[in-house]
Amino acid sequence: MITLDNVHKSFGSNHVLRGVNLHVAKGTSMVIIGGSGTGKSVAIKTVLGLVIPDSGTITVDGTDVTKADRDAFLARFGMLFQGGALFDSLPVWQNVAFRLLRGSLAKPRDEAREIAIEKLRRVGLTPDVADRLPAELSGGMQKRVGLARAIAAEPEIIFFDEPTTGLDPIMAGVINDLIREIVTEMGATTMTITHDMTSVRTIADNVAMLHAGKIRWTGPVSDMDAAGDPYVDQFIHGRAEGPIEAVR
Amino acid sequence: MRQLAIIGRTVLGLLAAIGRVSLFAWGALTHLIRPPFYPREIGIALLHIGWLSLPVVGLTAIFTGGALALQIYAGGARFNAEAVVPQIVAIGMVRELGPVLVGLMIAARVTSSIAAEIATMKVTEQIDALVTLSTHPMKYLTVPRVLAGTLTVPFLVGVGDIIGIFGGYAVATGTLGFNAAAYIQNTVDFLEFTDISSSLAKGAVFGFIATLMGCYFGMNSGRGAQGVGRATKGSVEAAAVLILAANFVLTGVFFSL
Repeated sequence: MITLDNVHKSFGSNHVLRGVNLHVAKGTSMVIIGGSGTGKSVAIKTVLGLVIPDSGTITVDGTDVTKADRDAFLARFGMLFQGGALFDSLPVWQNVAFRLLRGSLAKPRDEAREIAIEKLRRVGLTPDVADRLPAELSGGMQKRVGLARAIAAEPEIIFFDEPTTGLDPIMAGVINDLIREIVTEMGATTMTITHDMTSVRTIADNVAMLHAGKIRWTGPVSDMDAAGDPYVDQFIHGRAEGPIEAVR
Repeated sequence: MRQLAIIGRTVLGLLAAIGRVSLFAWGALTHLIRPPFYPREIGIALLHIGWLSLPVVGLTAIFTGGALALQIYAGGARFNAEAVVPQIVAIGMVRELGPVLVGLMIAARVTSSIAAEIATMKVTEQIDALVTLSTHPMKYLTVPRVLAGTLTVPFLVGVGDIIGIFGGYAVATGTLGFNAAAYIQNTVDFLEFTDISSSLAKGAVFGFIATLMGCYFGMNSGRGAQGVGRATKGSVEAAAVLILAANFVLTGVFFSL
């Protein structure tokens, strides 16, 4: 469904992506792992058009993302950002229903609010949160609101950028379980970026490891422990010793 | 040779910056006339830029008008021309001080606020979030603010002109011994339509510049708190300098022909 073919991207002299090749099949959950600064977020952002690759092609259902109708293309996506990226000036329910209040998916305000409250309930938040501002919520609650916003318009494809970063282990577990449940019930295709190996084992159908701007290894999560790749092995076991330099 | 290279780099950098700002302004103008429109955002911007700036504009104008009356009286006394206070306060406020001071106050209050807000949104990925939610940041963030600035700053300038003249009137009649009715009559008789129209036109241009600079620097901010700080500082500097430069050009256009 989503294919990255020989994608390159540089920022000045920093060559972040050096020929990324990746395929994510429809209805599957792909998790991209890799050290900090290896270009995981850049890879995901190239698919959405937030970062324009220098070369290579990215297709979704066979259509080149640069040639697709932008609004229709983006309407298929939901994204949970690392920091939540909630709009400070809007109450929680308007954040969740943002897409339902404007544009091609616009619905009447009351209906949009009802959907927002239902999505908030789906991620374990009570309706009284709906009228609060994002700044009044804890980090975990903000993440859940971000998750509710990502699924509000029931997208076919959902991206999760570091969904558990900054959360305590219990809240991280809650978010992981929620993502797995939601993805399963919606049948969505997902790409997740994470360093958290618990997340990987909970969320992933397939795993890809990005290192030095290229996909180092990819395969089913069940094969990850026996990948036989020293880079993957070092990363998933969190060892300081190995081919990946600890000081980068 | 090295000095020449530095001059060359500076000139090229300046030209590139002018190009980027011009493209940004062109983008804002073209999005202004293309749907979708966001009336709620426009309403909020009108409130924040126009209505909520009234107190600071009013206070700036009244003190300036009062000080102007005192200065003209003291200066005029050197050649027995104290009587021209109403006329000079009126022309000084309406032609120059009203629009320029309101423009600078808007640069301080609104440009900084817009730049800091949008830069923070950029740093916290809210701009990226807007894009993924099928909302064009230029339409959602820039157009409402630039439109509100262009529409409301002439109104603020008009209010500032009136309050500034009133400040001069209050000082002149309260402490300098001017007759109230004669002061008003002199003011009204002396002002021409061009004085008022040029004042309001300057307001529109200054409002456009102030809001555009806030949006431009916000959208192009660097990372982190330092990036937000630089964007805010740069936006106010650029807006203030451009407002003063535009004032010089507009004054030439209106009054030197």
